[in-house]
Amino acid sequence: MVSLGAALLILLALFLPATATEEATFGWLSQSAAFGVVLLALAVALAQSWLRLNGLSAGLGLAVAVAIGAAGPVLLLAGMPGAGAGAGVWIFVIGLALLAWRTLEVLSASGGDKTVNRLLMLLVPALFGIWLLYLWQVVVVGLQVPSVLLPAPSLIGGVLAGAQSTLAADFHQTFIKSVLPGFAMGCGAGFAVAILVDRVPFLQRGLLPLGNLVSALPIVGIAPIMVMWFGFDWQSKAAVIVVMTFFPMLVNTIAGLNATGAIEHDLMRSYGASYPQTLIRVRLPNALPFIFNALKINSTLALIGAIVAEFFGTPIVGMGFRISTEVGRMNVEMVWATIAVAALSGSLFYGLLALLERITTFWHPSYRG
Amino acid sequence: MTQNPAPKLVEPAASGRQSVAPVIDIQGLSLTFQTADGPVYALSDVDLSVAPGDFVSFIGPSGCGKTTLMRVIADLEKPTAGEVSVNGVSPEAARLARAYGYVFQAPALYAWRTVERNVMLPLEIMGMGKDERRRRAAEYLDLVNLKGFEKKFPWQLSGGMQQRVSIARALSFEPDLLLMDEPFGALDEITRDHLNEQLLRLWERTGKTVIFVTHSIPEAVFLSSRIVVMSPRPGRIIDVIDCNLPPDRTLDARETPEFLEIAHRVRDGLRAGHSYDD
Repeated sequence: MVSLGAALLILLALFLPATATEEATFGWLSQSAAFGVVLLALAVALAQSWLRLNGLSAGLGLAVAVAIGAAGPVLLLAGMPGAGAGAGVWIFVIGLALLAWRTLEVLSASGGDKTVNRLLMLLVPALFGIWLLYLWQVVVVGLQVPSVLLPAPSLIGGVLAGAQSTLAADFHQTFIKSVLPGFAMGCGAGFAVAILVDRVPFLQRGLLPLGNLVSALPIVGIAPIMVMWFGFDWQSKAAVIVVMTFFPMLVNTIAGLNATGAIEHDLMRSYGASYPQTLIRVRLPNALPFIFNALKINSTLALIGAIVAEFFGTPIVGMGFRISTEVGRMNVEMVWATIAVAALSGSLFYGLLALLERITTFWHPSYRG
Repeated sequence: MTQNPAPKLVEPAASGRQSVAPVIDIQGLSLTFQTADGPVYALSDVDLSVAPGDFVSFIGPSGCGKTTLMRVIADLEKPTAGEVSVNGVSPEAARLARAYGYVFQAPALYAWRTVERNVMLPLEIMGMGKDERRRRAAEYLDLVNLKGFEKKFPWQLSGGMQQRVSIARALSFEPDLLLMDEPFGALDEITRDHLNEQLLRLWERTGKTVIFVTHSIPEAVFLSSRIVVMSPRPGRIIDVIDCNLPPDRTLDARETPEFLEIAHRVRDGLRAGHSYDD
């Protein structure tokens, strides 16, 4: 059904104007390469709706066909600078989206042995992401959106490739020098205080409200104060991150330490186990899922904290600094490129922690294979 | 509260049992929990002594304090009055001397440890060397018929197998006393019968002193050398029944007249101790 819909839409698109300038509209035939690509997509969609092929090779073949078909509008618009997209392009993109949908369906349902499944688990979301980027590209170019409002991914990609050294220096300043130490110190302090609170119960009444208060402070309020206290360099950013990450770690670790059941405690008591023995052998393993929750929450908080803190004073390097200055210069592509680096590094950081969580808490009911 | 017709019996002294020092000696034990709704009399004036090698079952309805009595013996609860001695010392000293192997109703195995490493946990805490730990784990897993499951994780085993791992763990450090709190209560009857028979063989082979809490009459009669019948509100002992079925008995022993006679006496004791006015 889906591929038949795709075929019909692509067929319809062929009869609609593909590009339009102020004065005239042009059909697909005006650009022979684009026309060929569209015909290929049509043929594949028809073949798929007729034969209904399944399996890994069919899925991969469809993916290649979609990729080639996707080049159609790009070639068309690139061949006619100054022209916007006509109804034909939009209908074609919708048809292609249906074909892409069918592709992901076939790919998700296929798979056999373990390595193929694992590759598919990465491939399917990757293809989905690429498709979104492609839509962004076509919409921005086709509707001739001014790049100050929203630059095309190709422009952002160009900056990413061209300004590598600047972006790398920013990444080093913000992520390696501020986020990682701040994250380690904030999470470490939260963890240590949680153990202390567990050992000395009266501290719980004193420290928890205080921690709660600190975590409720607005970051734009504490960031300038931290810059005054600790200077322009990474130390003030790390301090902001410590303030932001301390409390989630504290609360989660305390909850985790209390997750051990009464029977497990009685059992350790019947062995005559000491406090550290019970802590290390039973209570901390039980607390791991909670601790990883805090680490994952804090990984994104830390990056946000560092970038925002750089708005309030920084040496002339860093992601937050780059965003604030390039926005002022209307150099929006650079802002987007910095955002892309931040998003990518934040996701990788989070993903790494999630992977570590899976490895260390494989026994937890939510992960048992 | 109605007058309880059953007289409180101090355990009948079988000859030969008195000659050896008791493993557990309890005199005038009482325990009252202070709750928001006022005091709860969990145990009242309990006297009991257990000889080495005995298999003693505590039986009674819910709330009769049988688990509490066992927890007092294991130093998991402190009595409000009375004396408890285990191997001639206080329960706390006995606990720190690792005299107790405790088996709970739930297996309480640690999901991140393999079966073997679960059995090795108490040995680690007691500071035993690695080779000895491994040897003991293999020995006691074999004893509960779980050879070959060393590298599995607890959640990969059935409920009955998990409970056997927890028994192996309790035996691994060779405690003087095996305390079992309704260990088969959460299992289906077929598994339960099977484990009862295995436990009996295990007891014969190891000669351990076992305290066993249950509310199943057939289970108590089948397993025990002595049965302590308890009644609730306040928790107290109303009868202690000697139970000397042949040591090599199988599940078929449950059909014999001797078995039925003892079961009948246990049931009478339970009925007498149970007041239905509340």
